[in-house]
Amino acid sequence: MTSTDQRKKPATASTGTRARRRRPLRSRIADGVLPLILVVVIVAVWQAMVSFGGVKEYVLPAPGAVVKKMFSDFGTFADQSVPTIIAIFVGFALAIVVALPIAVAMVYSSVVRRAVYPLLIVAQVVPKVAIAPLFIIWFGFGQLPKVLMVALICFFPVVIDSMVGFRAARPESLMLVRSMGASRWQAFWKVRWPWAVPSIFAGVKVGITLAVVGAVVAEFVGADTGLGVLLITARGDMDSLTVFASVAWLTVIGAVLFGVVELLERVLVPRRGGRRSFEASGSL
Amino acid sequence: MASFVEFDQVTKAFDTGDGVMTAVDEMSFDLDRGEFLAIVGPSGCGKSTLLLALAGLTQPTTGQVRVAGRPILEPYTDLGIVFQGAELLPWRTALQNVMLQAEIRRGSKRESEARARELLAQVGLGGFEDRYPDELSGGMQQRVSLCRALLHDPEILVMDEPFGALDALTRDQIQIDLQHLWMERRKTVVFVTHSIDEAVFLADRVLVFSPRPARIAADFRVSLDRPRHLSARATPEFAGLVGEIREVFENLGVLTEERT
Repeated sequence: MTSTDQRKKPATASTGTRARRRRPLRSRIADGVLPLILVVVIVAVWQAMVSFGGVKEYVLPAPGAVVKKMFSDFGTFADQSVPTIIAIFVGFALAIVVALPIAVAMVYSSVVRRAVYPLLIVAQVVPKVAIAPLFIIWFGFGQLPKVLMVALICFFPVVIDSMVGFRAARPESLMLVRSMGASRWQAFWKVRWPWAVPSIFAGVKVGITLAVVGAVVAEFVGADTGLGVLLITARGDMDSLTVFASVAWLTVIGAVLFGVVELLERVLVPRRGGRRSFEASGSL
Repeated sequence: MASFVEFDQVTKAFDTGDGVMTAVDEMSFDLDRGEFLAIVGPSGCGKSTLLLALAGLTQPTTGQVRVAGRPILEPYTDLGIVFQGAELLPWRTALQNVMLQAEIRRGSKRESEARARELLAQVGLGGFEDRYPDELSGGMQQRVSLCRALLHDPEILVMDEPFGALDALTRDQIQIDLQHLWMERRKTVVFVTHSIDEAVFLADRVLVFSPRPARIAADFRVSLDRPRHLSARATPEFAGLVGEIREVFENLGVLTEERT
């Protein structure tokens, strides 16, 4: 049918948001199917290397075996996950609680900004993994050094992106609310904060992925419990299956945490339009 | 008796790193209550600085701005501002953007919401209250911004090239709407623009500024009858006044026929 074809053409050519929102079903299914195909291919190659390539299990266990291990030893993995997850949560929360006020202070005071900013950069350049052993010396083998390592490693992206966010508000908007007689507090909550939230979440998302790294690194260097400890101990025993299963569980934890942050973002980030309608934008 | 708004020897200088730049130099003029004043002048001649000084959002380096005899030393709140950009908060609907004014002033919510809806309807935005800014055209956004500036019924309305970014047709319509709103309320308006036509069409009085440092190059009364219709632009009085103002710019060297 030529008439529908003709109508379709300008619709897909027309720019922007509507095209992105109402994509054809086929293309949306492709979004889900394509990466799935890739995963299947990778797993198949992996399985083939083990089954037919003569790769020893202690070098590379078969994917099926890893999944089986993940669930057959579920109790152990679960037990060891708890301290790791707690360290991630507490350390991550600590980073945010410290980073937000510092970012705010840097935006409101140029003295604070000039004093703190170079220090932040230097602190970020110091390889934090390298100072992990120091934490063990200072704080022992418990949860504290892990928490601090997590906090330290995810602090930087959160503080920098928050600062960018708090500076995103347009000066004219701030002038407007001042002329309405707004207090600093009102100007912050009504204008600066909502402008900043998307940017803060960008930092938090990077932070949460780093937090898992921080916890595992701290457990490698020295801790008495945790998935990282389980992993490093298994490596000592040449128990590759447990190593792989630990990595898999850590990945699951990281992915779930990231998902939770994304969900929070969707709930908290103020809606920025969406249903753009053409009868509204066309008339004037 | 003193005028309602007085600019008294206002000088504003900025430290630019390589020397002091004087934006406004000992500027003095007065406005009566209910007067619609337009200021035209070349870019960067310190017009916006004067508006901000009136709003108390910046302080003059020397001199004083007074409203009803009182010097402006902090943000003056009995005033509405419209900037060139609509400056709407993108996460708020049209109505919520207008209501920001009331939220910050902590007025009665029900009363101000009724007023906000009425204002929006008056500028032709009835039915668009719940639209977000990105669902509105530039002209509609600027109307919302105008409603926000009028919600608290301020004595003074300050407009900084408010229609500069709009297309010609939208601009004509919004000028008519503004005139209508103004004639109902007779607020004191200070309206900065680049457009001589716009200044003459809207204002009771047009101040022509020189290039930086700004001085008053001319002060014209516009005594065309109100309401002025778009057709007024075709009248000899209108064209004559526009011509006179253009001549001032030519004499200042702002406008020139010959380029060397």
